[in-house]
Amino acid sequence: MLKKSNLILVTLGITLMAFVPNCKKGAATATLASDAASRVYVAPGEKDEVYAFLSGGFSGQMSVYGIPSARLFKIIPVFSVFPENGYGFDEETKDMLKTTHGYVPWDDSHHVEASMTDGKQDGRWMFLNANNTPRLARIDLKSFETKEILEIPNTAGNHASPFATENTEYLMAATRFSVPVPQASVAIDSFSKGGFKGTVTMVKVDKNTGRLSIELQVLVPGFNYDLSHCGKKKSHDWCFFSSYNSEQAHKMLEVGASKKDKDFILAFNWVRAKECKDQGKAYNFGGEYVNNFHDENKPAVSTKLSGVKMLNPKDCPGMMYYMPTPKSPHGTDVDSTGEYIVGGGKLASVIPVHSFSKMMEVKDKKEHHSTEIEGIPVLKYESTLAGEVQKPCLGPLHTEFDGQGYAYTSCFVSSEVVKWKLGTWEVVQHLPAYYSVGHLSIVGGSSSEPYGKYLIAMNKITKDRYLPVGMELPQSAQLYDISSGKAELLSDFPTVGEPHYSQMIPAKLLMDKTAKLFPLEENKHPYATKNENDAKIVRLGSTVHIYMTAIRSHFKPDIIEARTGETLYFHVTNLEQDYDIPHGFAIGGAPNMTNLLIMPGETRTFKWVAPKPGVYPFYCTDFCSALHQEMQQYIRVSP
Amino acid sequence: MKTLLFQTLSKRNRLLILGVGLVLILVYLIPIWSISISAPQYPEGLGMQIWINKITGATPYDLKNINLLNHYIGMQEIVSESIPELLFMPYVLAYLIFGAFITELYPKVGMAILGIINLVIVGLVGLSDFWRWEYNYGHNLNPEAPIIVEGMAYQPPLLGCKEMLNITACSYPSYGGMILGLSLVVLVYILWDENRRKKSNVV
Ligand SMILES: [Cu+2]
Repeated sequence: MLKKSNLILVTLGITLMAFVPNCKKGAATATLASDAASRVYVAPGEKDEVYAFLSGGFSGQMSVYGIPSARLFKIIPVFSVFPENGYGFDEETKDMLKTTHGYVPWDDSHHVEASMTDGKQDGRWMFLNANNTPRLARIDLKSFETKEILEIPNTAGNHASPFATENTEYLMAATRFSVPVPQASVAIDSFSKGGFKGTVTMVKVDKNTGRLSIELQVLVPGFNYDLSHCGKKKSHDWCFFSSYNSEQAHKMLEVGASKKDKDFILAFNWVRAKECKDQGKAYNFGGEYVNNFHDENKPAVSTKLSGVKMLNPKDCPGMMYYMPTPKSPHGTDVDSTGEYIVGGGKLASVIPVHSFSKMMEVKDKKEHHSTEIEGIPVLKYESTLAGEVQKPCLGPLHTEFDGQGYAYTSCFVSSEVVKWKLGTWEVVQHLPAYYSVGHLSIVGGSSSEPYGKYLIAMNKITKDRYLPVGMELPQSAQLYDISSGKAELLSDFPTVGEPHYSQMIPAKLLMDKTAKLFPLEENKHPYATKNENDAKIVRLGSTVHIYMTAIRSHFKPDIIEARTGETLYFHVTNLEQDYDIPHGFAIGGAPNMTNLLIMPGETRTFKWVAPKPGVYPFYCTDFCSALHQEMQQYIRVSP
Repeated sequence: MKTLLFQTLSKRNRLLILGVGLVLILVYLIPIWSISISAPQYPEGLGMQIWINKITGATPYDLKNINLLNHYIGMQEIVSESIPELLFMPYVLAYLIFGAFITELYPKVGMAILGIINLVIVGLVGLSDFWRWEYNYGHNLNPEAPIIVEGMAYQPPLLGCKEMLNITACSYPSYGGMILGLSLVVLVYILWDENRRKKSNVV
């Protein structure tokens, strides 16, 4: 067993450095492919080969890049308000950010998951987690817009989320911060006495509509559940969660949670869990939560829900097993065949790989159990071990697979990506990363059929890579070509927010399916105005509804009269039916509302309380035509 | 000449005329003419199609977008309802088809000649009317239009392509128009064939 103090850890680090052959200092080893520039160059008019969807970490957003050019195409607001297009401000989308804590217009978004059919990316939806205020979102890949947000009750820190089963039957969501479940004011030191719990949540995804609902929660020991990946093919029924702080320390976790030599990967049989629920073994449990759904061209509907079905592991034998894994495992990744479960022990000196077949063979044999924690058998480390990658690097975190029998693991402490071979556990290549790399992403790399070719490394620190821009440097990712035997660095690119995790999808799966416009005749918005002749102003006491149309290059009605204190709702319908002709709408000095970007055929509502008397201009903010600058008018406010 | 007019059509030529009548029915179902517009900001192009009884966009939204472009230069809005020709064109086509079927009852070379005359008249009147229509749209501009370029008219070409400001407009017969043209060719061929037959009979 290794000793645990920072000093010793650093010493250990330095010692290990000596073992790692290629692990020299940063840029000195930058082996840039000599023709890298031409391999990332996408000529004017040509299109990129791959879409990359990167979560923004603390930005609460998701961004879309083209690969290999690494050009930023779009920022999709998910959990954060977005003044650029009014997301989270206007009457249509403000309810998307409602939670049981009220309106929470930000979050900490880590993991992007792509919907799959038969383990292959199907290009229908992206899912994103909200760690801070536990939520899970579905982004539609036709409109590239957030369509649904589901709050997860009885949990804190929704970090191990949203990882999908092979057919997107369910998304998994597990606790990062164990807390009293149900919430209560208890002494913090009762954590170590089992007073804190975690939950694993199965979120059901409707096959046709994608609508989200909570199927079941499982009450698990109060560890910190960090990441997850679900099985594929033979391991289809299972999902795997890494955990740390099995010590259940509640202060100075830096030391307290790093004591034990091994923490666990939790193996969870979700098919068995559903079976136990159907047999009535789950009980009714409390928990308030909110589901927000934004249907096309309608105001979002926010629904308050309460209560879930809760299951205790001891009431459902065969559902959960702990596999000891060194040491404070962070990532847990399942290879494309579904056989190997790779742990990323962030303090470990090996990369441990569990074998699914071995686990199946030994899981119910007592002689392979070392103990049991709250009804969950703990299997012996050696019993499920397929092998260990010896001395790969420092701080191995996350692993992705290229479908050719190779795995790529990111190493945070030694800032590199190691390529190693499944089965022989031999390291075949060290690739420097700039710097402190977190997740990796290979095109289709977490599916059962990777498309391979490109790998991006998502870094936490940039230092000398770009022009300095003050104290906070651009966040960064790096692109590697992994199509040939030797992976090659192609480029660095700055990103929006922290590029935490990503899903990359071949462009041909998405590009022809994206929506070009909303057909006006299908606009079901209650305040839609589909014809300029129907534009009107309706007064109901001190509330004024303005049914407004926007088309190149004017609004109708264009002169508005109001009185101080009246509430005006501008329901603006964009009458255009042409690709890429949104119109904007903004009023000078509107304090609680930003801008609207209204897509062709769409209706959105700007709420404005008439301020002190005066004349207030309103105008189109999206350069729409030669006469865009003339697309402006006035509201007169009288006393 | 008189003998040729009343010469009974050969069995093969009767069948050809019947075929022309049947194929002409298709003209109700497909556009006759198409005008396509391309500009840098419309890389995918915009198109307008003229049918026997209506004008449509090449996609469900093209006509609306052409009108949106046109309003800047003060062109009238193009809507089928404002074009009276489209009201009686279907009857003209019905007359041509009817003529082809009547020929089966009265299969004389004269009927084929009548068909040729009809088609030529329809073609000439149609094209000159189309030109007049284009002229009106291109020249009758709203004097209050936002964009007025001195001396500029926006008449699309009758046939072929033409540059107007940053827009290239091309005008060509569509499948329906080709069928009409082909019908004329078939009738002329029949006339030539019958004339040759007459000569060989005399000899
Ligand atoms: Cu505009």
